[in-house]
Amino acid sequence: MNHSPSPIQSVQLAVKSFCGSLRKKFARNRAPHTVAVVAAIIFGCCFFPGRAAAQGGELHFCLRTEPKTFDPLKVEDDASAAVRYLTGGVLVRVNRETQDLEPELAISWKVSKDGRQISFRLRSGLSFSDGTPFSAEDVAYTVQRLMDPALHSATGDAFRSGTGSVETKVISPTQISITFPAQVVGLDRLFDQVAILSEHSPKKEMAVLGPFMVADYKPGSSLLLKRNANYWKSDAQGHKLPYLDSIRLDVQPNRDVEMLRFKRGEVDLINSLDSEYFDKLAATSPQLVHDAGSSLDSEQMWFNQVAKAPIPAYKKNWFHSANFRNAISEAINRADLSRVVYHGHAQPAFGPFSPANKFWFNTHLQPPAYNADAALKALQSEGFRMENGTLKDKEGNPVIFSIATNSGNKARERMAVLIQDDLQKIGIHVNVVTLDFPSLIERMTQSFDYEAILLGLTNVDLDPNGEMNVWLSSSENHQWNPQQKTPETPWEAEIDRLMRLQASSSNAKKRKEAFDQVQEIVVEQKPFLFLINKNALSAVSTRVQGASPVILWPQTFWNAEWLTVSK
Amino acid sequence: MSLAQKTACLILALVLGASAAATWLAPGGYAKQDREAIAEPPSHTHWLGTDELGRDRFTRVMYGTRISLLLAPAAALLSTLLAAAIGGLAGYAGGTWARLAMAVTDLFLSLPWLFLLITVRALLPLNVSPLVSVLVTFMLLGFLGWTAAARVLCSSAASLRSSDFVRQARAAGIPAQRLFWVHTVPNLKPVLLAQFWISIPVFILSEANLGILGLGVAEPMPSWGSLLKELQGLVSIGEEPWKFVPLILLVIVVTSFQLLLSRQEEFAL
Amino acid sequence: MPKLRWKIVGHLFSLLGVILIGGFLSAVLVRLAPGFDTDERELDAHLNSESVQALRAARRNDDNVLRFYVSYMTRAAHGDLGMSAALGQPVRTLLKERAPSTLRLLALGLGMAWAFTLSLALSAAWLRLSTYDHLATLVSGTFLCIPAAVLALLSILWNVSSSLAIALIVFPHTYRYTRNLLIKAYSRPHILAARARGLGEGRILFRHVLPVITAQLLSVAGVSVSMAVGAAIPVEALCGYAGVGQLAWQAALARDLPLLVNVTVLVTVVTLLANSSADILGLAWRRHEA
Repeated sequence: MNHSPSPIQSVQLAVKSFCGSLRKKFARNRAPHTVAVVAAIIFGCCFFPGRAAAQGGELHFCLRTEPKTFDPLKVEDDASAAVRYLTGGVLVRVNRETQDLEPELAISWKVSKDGRQISFRLRSGLSFSDGTPFSAEDVAYTVQRLMDPALHSATGDAFRSGTGSVETKVISPTQISITFPAQVVGLDRLFDQVAILSEHSPKKEMAVLGPFMVADYKPGSSLLLKRNANYWKSDAQGHKLPYLDSIRLDVQPNRDVEMLRFKRGEVDLINSLDSEYFDKLAATSPQLVHDAGSSLDSEQMWFNQVAKAPIPAYKKNWFHSANFRNAISEAINRADLSRVVYHGHAQPAFGPFSPANKFWFNTHLQPPAYNADAALKALQSEGFRMENGTLKDKEGNPVIFSIATNSGNKARERMAVLIQDDLQKIGIHVNVVTLDFPSLIERMTQSFDYEAILLGLTNVDLDPNGEMNVWLSSSENHQWNPQQKTPETPWEAEIDRLMRLQASSSNAKKRKEAFDQVQEIVVEQKPFLFLINKNALSAVSTRVQGASPVILWPQTFWNAEWLTVSK
Repeated sequence: MSLAQKTACLILALVLGASAAATWLAPGGYAKQDREAIAEPPSHTHWLGTDELGRDRFTRVMYGTRISLLLAPAAALLSTLLAAAIGGLAGYAGGTWARLAMAVTDLFLSLPWLFLLITVRALLPLNVSPLVSVLVTFMLLGFLGWTAAARVLCSSAASLRSSDFVRQARAAGIPAQRLFWVHTVPNLKPVLLAQFWISIPVFILSEANLGILGLGVAEPMPSWGSLLKELQGLVSIGEEPWKFVPLILLVIVVTSFQLLLSRQEEFAL
Repeated sequence: MPKLRWKIVGHLFSLLGVILIGGFLSAVLVRLAPGFDTDERELDAHLNSESVQALRAARRNDDNVLRFYVSYMTRAAHGDLGMSAALGQPVRTLLKERAPSTLRLLALGLGMAWAFTLSLALSAAWLRLSTYDHLATLVSGTFLCIPAAVLALLSILWNVSSSLAIALIVFPHTYRYTRNLLIKAYSRPHILAARARGLGEGRILFRHVLPVITAQLLSVAGVSVSMAVGAAIPVEALCGYAGVGQLAWQAALARDLPLLVNVTVLVTVVTLLANSSADILGLAWRRHEA
């Protein structure tokens, strides 16, 4: 873990040398009281854990939207998740740099062989930010609230692998055991998202165990987090964390304005930087920008394979054909998408998972091919033919379809135009349609009135189990053909089987084998045409010390309690 | 014609001529992407540089002129005529009719038309041709853009109704219809011309904003509005002043229109 | 004055009617627009089927527009403006927190817009120089051609108040109308007679030109309030200004029916008050002049 070294030793050395010079200067005892005062200061710094002189200050950055809730169990948007990360105390934490699971409020934990039960041994003597003592009862209370079916929380649903209620057993104030009705894959790592609430505090969710607490909130404008004086963590020298006095989060949806404010020094970091701004900043101040490499996120498009979709039958025939989908994929120049749209800060996507997901990525997958001639030949073998520069199917219908994407996302709009140009070269006419997000979702999930959609997937989990609701054919998020009563194709049935297999096994190797096969099927059948994996780009002001941007969210402030700012 | 008006005529003719000749002046077309020349500054091959997808900006300005210069004035004319009909008639009629018309106008001013536009987009097929999409967009703008002028016209017409010459004309037995069209409307020309002149750039810019809803000009077709959206990249705009050219061109065209219209304003007086 | 008093009463009644109809129509527009029944949280892959169905069911509570609107009006009569679905807070609290900021922004913006308008238009009318007039046209035309979003971003770039952005959006419209009304007024025969009598330009402008067009100027002023309200939405959204405009934009993106209906009612009230006041003052002025 990378953290800022405490300057206390250098302060001690400086004071000692000062005292030495004082002794020389006042050899005839002209100012013995001065030496005594200085000695008292040294004594205080050494024996009473406090904060070194260089710490304190306020970190300043922006949230893209307003946080919708301060209740950590109901978090579903990025802004609320950021607040939860900074204020919430969790039992265990996935170290964003090493990706290892580390103890936090829990000193140790044990998962049963059947994957249904987890037992925690907790730290003692801790308090919430308002002074309310922390105990295993608070953990039990939090888990029961989280697993309340009426809550419908994304965090809670991640634990829900079967019907039935969760049992919590408080063994002692520092020991608790939690039993789930069915196996929960990756059970321990899921607690990284569960911020513990106080059962007894009158402040309810505003009483926190994390390094910061909400001090002031101006809706639509800004949120001020102040250091939690009761935070349990200290550094190796015994100084209480966090080093920062406060964090100010401004609500700023516009990326141009955020960038402007960063350049002016009004904002200290940008968590997710656009590639064009990365290059502009790198040209003048390379020390400010960080490219942590390929992230877990992907951009992909898919064709509508819903049987009842209100699109012409001949188009449904095209979209249902794996050959057609593969040909379209082969006609798209992903290298250009990375280079032109992301300025080289992206890689062509192999499949559902990015190579950044070292354990789960299937290293046997072939890189995506770009070959317009081969794509055309493949289509011609299906009965398509070129007529005066326009591709037509065997019934004589010109191949025209629309790609819809959400407006306001410049990168996606540009990718859609590049794809339009690529497909024009093989005689396919594409209409690019940008829609406001609710209209797009309505077409995707309710009316199914679309032909192709270009969107992205933000992966916060390394574990494929987090994408269960994407790959299961019966799920709402099985985007290309959701909520199937029974799998409509053999390959979807096979994916269902493999996903359930990996979800029911506690053997990492077996799970990996199953998910590797899922990835191979997805690449072969191309229900999603995975386009690119973006790099994790960020910007950090030189004012901030201790930052070490990584690919996992939150890239820049994952170690907020260790950050310092120079004044 | 004054020198200024002759210059305005010449400028408009040049601009329209260049846009009409775009097919010969830029045979590559507005959609041609040079992926090795992304966001390039001006050069001898790309006079205004290239955009973020390597498309020649000068070509796109010329082709964009066709859409914006043809359709925006047409939509402006539609909104002006509607304002004249509703505001002018209401003010001239006075009494309850004027109150009702102005209440409807105020309602129009307050409603969130964004949702009507979203609904219109939903009713259009996804594969609607770019021309149909842009025609529908400008027509909608014309139908929705009359409200501000209608209010001012109502007030102007009400003032005229009680003016001496109208009273004299009425006393002389001139029919109401003739009184309105021959004696009132010409005196409303200053406001009508102001409305027309203001509407042109407003509709050009609004068309670009409607791209958020899926209306307006679809890619890869350019329009002045979509070109002007590049100005929103403020952080770098100081280093890329050539991006101001569409704005400068729009200002020149709008000012030229105004210089020509000012002749009409003088005649209207 | 009794006729004026009845005029005021009539205006108030029509104001109330327009507000009620406006609120209902906006509810209909929002409800019928695609995307109303959706919630972007549905796309969260962690949510299971029951949770997604629960999200959809929650949206369907506002299915019947008429029932929603009647219930809303009943509650509004008791001061309860409903709950914002997107922000999870009472609408009344949200509006109470943000309305003063927007009112300040609009007041300052409109003040500046009219200051620019009157100084340019009156000086052009006074000087009667075609070069000056063309220059003023160029200046106002330039600002007319700059997208509102760019003006908002420029206000951030130059570290000036967002009110300036509002002023620069509104001023080209008000200037053009004012300038044309002034030219029209100058063309009247009595102005020619006044000049022939040797009256100074200042006296002509303030005693013989402005009184003639005051009623219409008031109308332009009323309309400028609606323009400023419309401009406030992109300016507040881009500048991160926590006002009603920003709220309206968030509500539109989220299809937040309770919030949108309330914002529409508020905008309708402001628009009607401005325009009705302009109408009444205009009428009073015309009678005074007559």
